Amino acid sequence: MVGIRTRDLRKVYTSPPPLAAGVGGFTFFRAPSKSKQPKPEIVALDGISLEIPPGEIFGLLGPNGAGKSTTVGILTTRVRPASGQAWIGEHDVWKEQTTVKRLIGVVAQRPNLDFSLTAREILVFHGAYFGLSSVERTKRAYALLDRFKLLDRADQLVRGFSGGMMQRLSIARAMMHDPRVLFLDEPSAGLDPQTRLLLWEIIREYNHSGKTILLTTHNMEEADALCQRLAIIDHGRVIALGTPRELKASVPGGYLLRLRFGQHSPELLERLRALGGVREVHATDANGADLYADRGGSLVPEIASLALAGRVDLYDVHLSEPSLENLFLHHTGRSLRE
Amino acid sequence: MNRKAFLAMLGRDAHVARRNFVPILLQTFLQPLMFVFIFGRVMVGSGYMPPAYKSLLLPGIMAISMVGTGIWAVAMPLIAEFQWTREIEDRLLAPMDISWVAVEKVVAGTLQALAAGLMVIPAAWLLLRPGVELSLHAPLVFAGVAALVALFSAAGGLALGCSVDQTHVGLMFTLVVAPMIFFGCTYYPWSALENFPFLQKAVLLNPLVYASEGLRGTLVPQFPHLSLLAVWAGLVLFNALLLSVGLRQFHKKAVS
Repeated sequence: MVGIRTRDLRKVYTSPPPLAAGVGGFTFFRAPSKSKQPKPEIVALDGISLEIPPGEIFGLLGPNGAGKSTTVGILTTRVRPASGQAWIGEHDVWKEQTTVKRLIGVVAQRPNLDFSLTAREILVFHGAYFGLSSVERTKRAYALLDRFKLLDRADQLVRGFSGGMMQRLSIARAMMHDPRVLFLDEPSAGLDPQTRLLLWEIIREYNHSGKTILLTTHNMEEADALCQRLAIIDHGRVIALGTPRELKASVPGGYLLRLRFGQHSPELLERLRALGGVREVHATDANGADLYADRGGSLVPEIASLALAGRVDLYDVHLSEPSLENLFLHHTGRSLRE
Repeated sequence: MNRKAFLAMLGRDAHVARRNFVPILLQTFLQPLMFVFIFGRVMVGSGYMPPAYKSLLLPGIMAISMVGTGIWAVAMPLIAEFQWTREIEDRLLAPMDISWVAVEKVVAGTLQALAAGLMVIPAAWLLLRPGVELSLHAPLVFAGVAALVALFSAAGGLALGCSVDQTHVGLMFTLVVAPMIFFGCTYYPWSALENFPFLQKAVLLNPLVYASEGLRGTLVPQFPHLSLLAVWAGLVLFNALLLSVGLRQFHKKAVS
């Protein structure tokens, strides 16, 4: 069994991140520089330290551009860290690339299948790159095509495959050499609900066979359903880490009420804070406030009467139950979906 | 190096080449053979060109076919695989140093270029005969020159394929490949540039000059050609240069 470890990973791009790092959306700022026209620097990772024990399903949750794909890129030899270190088991990813590549399987965020080959050939050639015998390759390819429900299209060129089929085949390919650690970058993006469930089932099954899995997602439901532990990352930093249950419990009260007023006042916010069960109230702008509490619906009439008494119009109340989304909002003031 | 992975990748390229055999064949031979037909058959047959031109033309056409094939076979897949289909990622994750992934592409391209070069000779000979006077007086020297030409074309493909953006593929052919062919002493011997002293020196920066002059020197030595020593030196130098540039660019593309 093989785990994953990183220490203080940093990555700064001076040009848009190329293919290994996935999509953009990073924070831009100008670095203090002596030259007159400093290159814009993009800080993708700002000190990521993780310790993922063998056999865990670990999730990196965060919005686009948070640094998830860059972290996966570094752990899979495709991105060179500016500083810091990463290990797969006992092996330094940068210094022992070949050994590390034997241990890992990688599903990239965007499909990267060989368009000149059929589904079966893709699996068979992948197996050959990893030195599997011809008999073994054929056997495993058949089993995986069957497991991923691709047998009926096995001998067609993948050029004509739908997005969901390509994604399934990408995952099958990553499992072909039976890696100890599986990286899945946004595995269920663009999948229909049925395929997503199949995928979750396969991921759990693979994990039960003793494999470590690191997946990235910006889907809270997926993180909640699959991951034993999660790191929530934003702007290249880990902002929260723990089991989904711990993380949800760490939001003050758990319930979040997003309120919109005509215009609120400090007095009104003070009165809201005094309501029973309310843990925190933050103004988000001149009209909005986020209220964290350990109860939800029963607060709404009380808030409405406070607003009425203070002659403030209450326009909108959005109530959400304890969730990872609330946690993200609590830490960053932004929604994961923004 | 991981021999199994390397051979498996060569196997994959061979498999795809077999699958695309007819398009590759047309792409490699149609243009050179039309050229051979018009200039070697029509122009000579109608008296606009001396009969000896047939023999002079053949090594140049062979060089064009090899270089075109090598560049195309290496550069085009690399451009597509790095920027569009991204399918190279699977090979970059194979358990061997990523430089070998680039070397494998060069080996595959070299083999394709060699095959193209060797197939042009009988094809052109069939089109042009009679009157083609080929003399393979030093087969080993010819084999060496042909191998270096094929390697140079594949290494050039690597350097170009890892440097050119996919939106600039057309420009690559207009600005790099086409001038290289026209100023590459393919349709005329280098000595024909005597009346253009500046041009004659400038074209020495074009690696294709050494390729066509080298093939001319080994296939039709009756025509004036660069000394074989200069040909060897030029080809070895350009091979080293293009391979090192290509590998550096490949690493830049592969690892961010």
